[in-house]
Amino acid sequence: MTVHSQGAVSTAPEDAPGRAAGESTTPPPPTGSQEIHTPPRGRRSRLGGLVPYLLIAPAVISMAVLLLYPLVKNVILSFQQVNRKELITRVPEWVGFDNYTELLKDPDFWTVVLRSLVFTVANVLLIMVIGSLIGVLLNRLGTKMRLVLSLALMLAWAMPIVASVTVFRWLFDEQFGVANWVLRSLGFSGYEQHNWFETGFSTLVIVTLLIVWGSIPFVALNMYAGLTTIGSELYEAAKMDGANGWRTFWSVVFPNLKPFFMITTFLEIIWVFKAFAQVYAMNMGGPDHASETLPVYAYITGQGLFRYGLAAAISVLTIVMLIAIMSFYFRLILKQEEEQ
Amino acid sequence: MRAGAIAKNGGALLIALVLIFPVYWMFASSLKPQSEILTKDPVFLFTPTFDNYTKATGVDLFWTYVTNSLIVTIGAVLISLVVALAAAFAIARMKFRGRKGLVLGIMMAQMAPWEVMVIVVYMIARDGDYLNSLGTLTAIYFVMVLPFTIWTLRGFIAAVPVELEEAALIDGCNRGQAFMKVIFPLLAPGLMSTSLFGFITAWNEFAMVLILNKEKESQTLPLWLTQFQTAFGSDWGATMAASTLFALPVLLVFAFLQRRAVGGLTAGAVKG
Repeated sequence: MTVHSQGAVSTAPEDAPGRAAGESTTPPPPTGSQEIHTPPRGRRSRLGGLVPYLLIAPAVISMAVLLLYPLVKNVILSFQQVNRKELITRVPEWVGFDNYTELLKDPDFWTVVLRSLVFTVANVLLIMVIGSLIGVLLNRLGTKMRLVLSLALMLAWAMPIVASVTVFRWLFDEQFGVANWVLRSLGFSGYEQHNWFETGFSTLVIVTLLIVWGSIPFVALNMYAGLTTIGSELYEAAKMDGANGWRTFWSVVFPNLKPFFMITTFLEIIWVFKAFAQVYAMNMGGPDHASETLPVYAYITGQGLFRYGLAAAISVLTIVMLIAIMSFYFRLILKQEEEQ
Repeated sequence: MRAGAIAKNGGALLIALVLIFPVYWMFASSLKPQSEILTKDPVFLFTPTFDNYTKATGVDLFWTYVTNSLIVTIGAVLISLVVALAAAFAIARMKFRGRKGLVLGIMMAQMAPWEVMVIVVYMIARDGDYLNSLGTLTAIYFVMVLPFTIWTLRGFIAAVPVELEEAALIDGCNRGQAFMKVIFPLLAPGLMSTSLFGFITAWNEFAMVLILNKEKESQTLPLWLTQFQTAFGSDWGATMAASTLFALPVLLVFAFLQRRAVGGLTAGAVKG
């Protein structure tokens, strides 16, 4: 992990200048240092030549054929009209930007975009906040309780997505689901036969529960791993200076774990934004298209309505949005590499 | 202080219970007789039965789904390990032109929007007559897990001190021998955690197989899971039995690898 002490410099001066400075000069803990790769120059140049290219060739070629080609083809397709007829004749019709203008003019498209964005933000916020809090809790527990909680996290993490979608559908089944029973038992009325999949909104609420449940283990366990790399002196120093828990978090923990927070957040944004199986298998984008997010919308436009060109345009726009998000991520990583 | 400890442990226990509940409920439901599944108030005490498992595994082509899933998953993981090992070694240990570009490309590929590209993958597969093929799925899953595998292994290779390798070179090994004798044995945890990640990704994959393999003979377990839910209602007992069976290999591997796996996964993933 790249979360070792590099952040200490910028952080703690207000709290404990001496100690913080001392901390930052100590070498990073052995477990965290995987970045030692500057071999002596002489040997490298002699060994240069073709060998590295032969070694990377299989990876590069397979990514070019199986990933880059579909991406390019996707862009080309988005400028064509390929419907049921063209699919059979295999003669696409070039339509320029028609697919795009149709989408951009379509209020339904914007509804889906907005829904996707809100859905992603809500999920990522919940995942990051709950996951980090559980990570902090893990760090403060005794050995036994920590084992219990990590095992539970591991179980939730290891559940295959498709299996967990079916389980959540069962938990929230209209007639026999345990969720309705719990709510009834707690005295809430109206859950006699409450149909959780009746509206797009409540369908997405269930999807959110599922995604948050399945994603917090990653964040929590990482957070815990990151916390263990922060030396206890920093906490002690903060304590001596009279910082409370909240203050300690913002002055000691957060700056130290900034790379962790940044990278995990972006990974989660991308994962949630692209989530397909969870949304599609839950209610197939229904009822009445009301739980469609961008990937599901593209899939249904293509496979359901046989409008492949239009579907390609949707996915190109989705990818453009992803790249916009990713550019932050890459800038961050590049900056981090330079700092090291 | 006491109260704090109680709150802390109590909170942890509560969170653990909430996290485990869906898994527990899946397992419990899978063992319930049909009559006790379809009750308005859930039954907590029941005589376990394997009826649901018999039903879930008794569907046509069950063993075909199992074999297909295993072929596709293991195939993708093995190929990606071999291809990634070579690339990761070059990136971690050699200097060459275009190295930076390659690193950037791999980082971008790690975020590849496969879920968004299903339609175009379908069209390419259809035009090339690659539909309903296990080979196509294996190839796609291989490329899905490849960037992550390269990335993680690169980290593990970089963590092996160069001096060890150089000592082997001085002792008369060539580069390949030095790699096999010195680095490879030290990569065990890296290989395990990357295979686990690859296994989960391929085992779970749903969108591609849903769209590419419409013929039942070529489908995999994720589609088998959805089979018990029809327009006429769902057979929840069988669905839960199927889900349990489907999750079992992953849960077992996770339990087996535990901390090591998590450490490796997080090292690779958070390194970014």
